[in-house]
Amino acid sequence: MLPENNDLLTAHDLERGHQLQRKLVEFGRLLWDMGLDVGPGRMVEASKTISLIDVKKREDFYHALKCTLLSRHEQEPLFDQAFFYFWQMKHRLSKLDDNAIVKSDEKRGSPIRLPPRERQELEAQAARLTRQLMQPQRDAGRARPSDQADQSDDDDDDEAQGTAYSAIEQLRGKDFESYSWEEMQEAKRLMAEMHWHLGERPTRRKAPSRKGAYPDLRRIIRRNMKYGGELMELTWRKIRRKPRPLVIICDISGSMSLYSRLLLHFIHTISSGLQNTEAFVFGTRLTRITRQLRKRDVDDAVRDVSKNVQDWSGGTRIGECLRDFNYRWARRVLGHGAVVLIISDGWDRGEPDVLRAEMDRLQHSSHRLIWLNPLLGAEDYRPVTIGMKTALPFIDNFLSAHSLDSLLELGKVLEQIDDSRPSRRGQARLQQLPGR
Amino acid sequence: MEQVQQALPASIDDVLAALSAQRYIADRSLATTIYLALKRHKPLLLEGEAGVGKTEIAKVLASMLDTRLIRLQCYEGIDVNTAVYEWNYTRQMLHIRLLEASGANNDAAMQDIFGPEFLIRRPLLEAIDPGNKKAPVLLIDELDRSDEEFEAFLLEILSDFQVTVPEIGTLTAPEPPIVVITSNRTREIHDALRRRCLYYWIDYPTLEKELAIVLAKAPEASEKLARQVCIFVKELRAMDLFKSPGIAETLDWVSSLVTLEIHELQEGPVRDTLGALLKYQDDIEKVNSGNALSKLLHKVIGA
Repeated sequence: MLPENNDLLTAHDLERGHQLQRKLVEFGRLLWDMGLDVGPGRMVEASKTISLIDVKKREDFYHALKCTLLSRHEQEPLFDQAFFYFWQMKHRLSKLDDNAIVKSDEKRGSPIRLPPRERQELEAQAARLTRQLMQPQRDAGRARPSDQADQSDDDDDDEAQGTAYSAIEQLRGKDFESYSWEEMQEAKRLMAEMHWHLGERPTRRKAPSRKGAYPDLRRIIRRNMKYGGELMELTWRKIRRKPRPLVIICDISGSMSLYSRLLLHFIHTISSGLQNTEAFVFGTRLTRITRQLRKRDVDDAVRDVSKNVQDWSGGTRIGECLRDFNYRWARRVLGHGAVVLIISDGWDRGEPDVLRAEMDRLQHSSHRLIWLNPLLGAEDYRPVTIGMKTALPFIDNFLSAHSLDSLLELGKVLEQIDDSRPSRRGQARLQQLPGR
Repeated sequence: MEQVQQALPASIDDVLAALSAQRYIADRSLATTIYLALKRHKPLLLEGEAGVGKTEIAKVLASMLDTRLIRLQCYEGIDVNTAVYEWNYTRQMLHIRLLEASGANNDAAMQDIFGPEFLIRRPLLEAIDPGNKKAPVLLIDELDRSDEEFEAFLLEILSDFQVTVPEIGTLTAPEPPIVVITSNRTREIHDALRRRCLYYWIDYPTLEKELAIVLAKAPEASEKLARQVCIFVKELRAMDLFKSPGIAETLDWVSSLVTLEIHELQEGPVRDTLGALLKYQDDIEKVNSGNALSKLLHKVIGA
């Protein structure tokens, strides 16, 4: 996959060793700007690493930089693009990046290609970089943009006190659908104030405790040394508990458009309020948005998500998207007794059989499967769409998500999740899958 | 004790040669990473799907460097007591009773029970034991299964290669062990740990590479069978399966076929032995359904 012609570095570069160091730093900066976690520490590492190899050998140089500067498989295509762009000629980019991307995604049934926009961005980055390189000596210690700017987000807390209590009460029960712009802003603010607490799971770790089921032998022996080894005092350990992980899979297709942006705000508050949250959105395809949601500022995060999601307000293929989730992500994010939250109205244009099989798999790999449906708020709502009907037997909790009140209701459910698994999951399987 | 300076490979080509002497078929990219990890005393973080040969690398490294392999299998809840050291309580208590019986009930004698002979050494302590003549290979297997607390603790050990046992003192490795960490990505490994390691993603092998592996590891299989098996597995990996077979499964399958004295892929025996390759009922059903299997075999035999 490496280009044949063009030595990485010209003879001129090699003559002047520090040129290479400088280029390396610039390369690191490019990677950083592209979102790779390449700080100064890594650059020092890289510089040490390449001193051990023959930099004139293209392949070795590439692999050496890669194993030092890259630490996530997903970022490989980006790294490859940057590498070939930076250390090669520009016109090679279009040819090479495709190879690199196809290679790394070959084993996934559906290759994900970098959208052209990202390529454009990369080119723009590189152009800027080239401009910077042209400048003489730049200030060495340029501050890195921190992606988690520590902004306090309670600036306008006092302002809220002025809002009449009754107005808030009204807003709570109101369907998101009929919100005015002002109400929307108010709702976002109220959401940000909500506190989330998720049921806990027992871990395999034990902690000292006055009353517990397990004798703490290490401490018993040490403590009883003063009695000459006679066991006079006993100390105990008990199982430690931890909040469960939460995985949110939110529908952002056309039929959900009235709700989805506000729901994204909700997802943001819930994921910043809980320790261990993963979030995905789907329409015709599934996108992981966990990283985007880590931004402290809600609006930034939501903007980022909408920028990165391809099929905003398109059609829905719930089954296929859940399948994508089950195949590609379930193993990675559903460990430790995770609670799964699907937010969707159940309008599905996909195959019911696929949805059924994937819901079954999902229910079996999660501790609790909760479905939030914004339509459930309407009194006359009946789950009659094929999608909703198919999914229903596999859901442990079917809740609404049309108003602030309904979200508070969800809060209560989440808090009360205990160790026992809901009992009806076996039944659903039998009813729905007679063929097995 | 006399320390023996370990002879590390002198170049990437040396690593490649040493690996192939161990019958491990590796790309130059992996050899480069291993070479750098050895040279720079950096832990090697290997990620990839299950069964692509991550653990194998540690084993091969140990025999290549002619040193011990110490393996720490991670699981949820693994803690310092099970990873580093533990006191042998039963022996301690017996010893106390013995001391009592012999009447030697003084403090000094009591202090004995926290001596090295009552210490149970777990893998991490073994790996940094000052008595090691040669730096061992420390395999921290499936780190993703442990919890965050353990990962944080590991970070500390990996940066200093020393452990403090309060009753005994601080133990420091004379020469840091060669660390190989593997992860199946059932959980994200924290960035802080990633930063300390050299990273390598092991992919499913290409057809030619897999064939070379099968021929090296299962020499009892005919070349014809080996080739058919590799093509078949490659086709399976292109299918949308819940769990694609890894190299480990390919090797399992080959040896099952050889045991059954099958020299050429045929529908019946393939159907009967699919369990060696596929580990989920849904996947087996998918391959068995309709004429999917015969189509697949047709492709393989035609190739």
